[in-house]
Amino acid sequence: MRLAILGAGAVGRSVADLAPEYGHEVVALADSSHAVVDAAGIDAQSALGRKDAGEPLGDAEPEAVFDADYDVLVEATPTTLGDAEPGFSHVKRALEDDRHVVLANKGPVAERYEELRALEAESAGSVRFEATVGGAIPILSTIEDCTPESVTAVRGVLNGTANFILTRMAAEGLGYEHVLAEAQDLGVAEADPTFDVDGTDAALKFVILANVLADGGFSLEDADVSGIQNVPGSALELAAEDGRTIRLIGEATREGVRVGPRLVSENGPLAVTGTRNIVQIETRHAGSLHNSGRGAGGPETATAVLSDVGRLPRR
Amino acid sequence: MSDEPDGDAETDGGVRAYTVRLELVDEPGELLRALEPIANNGGNLLSIHHERGNLTPLGHIPVEVDVECPPHRFDGIVDALREAGVNVIQAGAERYGEEVNVVLVGQLVETDLSGTLAAIEDDAEAAVVDLSLAAPDGIEELSSARVRLAVDSDRIEDALSAVRSIADERNLSVVEPLPGGEA
Repeated sequence: MRLAILGAGAVGRSVADLAPEYGHEVVALADSSHAVVDAAGIDAQSALGRKDAGEPLGDAEPEAVFDADYDVLVEATPTTLGDAEPGFSHVKRALEDDRHVVLANKGPVAERYEELRALEAESAGSVRFEATVGGAIPILSTIEDCTPESVTAVRGVLNGTANFILTRMAAEGLGYEHVLAEAQDLGVAEADPTFDVDGTDAALKFVILANVLADGGFSLEDADVSGIQNVPGSALELAAEDGRTIRLIGEATREGVRVGPRLVSENGPLAVTGTRNIVQIETRHAGSLHNSGRGAGGPETATAVLSDVGRLPRR
Repeated sequence: MSDEPDGDAETDGGVRAYTVRLELVDEPGELLRALEPIANNGGNLLSIHHERGNLTPLGHIPVEVDVECPPHRFDGIVDALREAGVNVIQAGAERYGEEVNVVLVGQLVETDLSGTLAAIEDDAEAAVVDLSLAAPDGIEELSSARVRLAVDSDRIEDALSAVRSIADERNLSVVEPLPGGEA
């Protein structure tokens, strides 16, 4: 298929890079200020090389992407909250043009799910968004395969930064601030880690999961969210006395979304370590399924985007 | 808690937890002598709280034992204890089925820890069976407490929700267990 990629961050770049390996062609690539468009296929390496050297990606306006002859719009611009713009408008425009959309941007799926589905219903194109929940881990496609109706709950760890911090605090007996600074040095935590440590990032993913289970009805405002900033090292020590540890756990059901630090069995499946992610998908007929893996990263998330592209009907 | 909460696993009409309060003479071997009748009569020992240093009016040592057994076996256990010459002060009116741990975080000592625990026992209809406090930076700083609660199996969600509101009122945060999800 012919891909148009919006966003030239870690995910957009990796999609451009890996697309040929999956048998797809990139015909347009844009960041927030410039675009490169070529019906014969763009040279992603040289465009990204120009961007790295401080030059524009290409000489077209970002808008030009929508005029390209593409099959699938890959929306990989940064997640925004509230009205989820400009991501939402990008998706809207592609669907109105009867194109498929694959999202890596969580905003539209977490904040405007019903509108998104309504647009999709009117369009000849489809929307997929595996990459918005748990990076490389096939969570949404697993739910789709079980059928969302037979899934009763999804629980788990979907933020690597918070998990890394809690793991290090428990293992080394260090305080939150100390481990956060270390995580920033290692590049595991962003300079501003607020969204990761206050639970917002995990909440967005569990809101998306609740929307899939209940076919809409949830946004971030509906989630009960607390973060890990106030979990002292002593709480982890006390949990360990009893064979438990603390993880930032999200839960999505048809009734609601909850994210917060919870006690889990130290040797249980949900106590993943480091930046690893895990979800437990509770089904009506098949017990619990566990999917674990890398929940973030450019090539990892791009893998989810490209799996979605592969699941789309040919145009 | 068992790994697999499964109602079908119950035999003998279900297992309940009971608290038995005993008083023991301060002599070697007394505690073991008191526990044998429980084990021999089908009781499963959950926890033993040996209050050394605390004396009953008779000058004996109070011991609180949490036992799990099918209801019809409980009377047999109490009889066996009495036959063995153990003084049973109180034989569990409570009917607690499960133990859950919560970790409270905040200004625990300054917000009246014992008051918090009393409120939990009243509002959450739970028994505080174990408490562990950590205040590594002094009691004026953030401290944590692990509280093990014995709760009637059917009421775990209600108990946790009561703990949540008590914590809210006292500006504490609660790290709750993950019910059901902990496979």
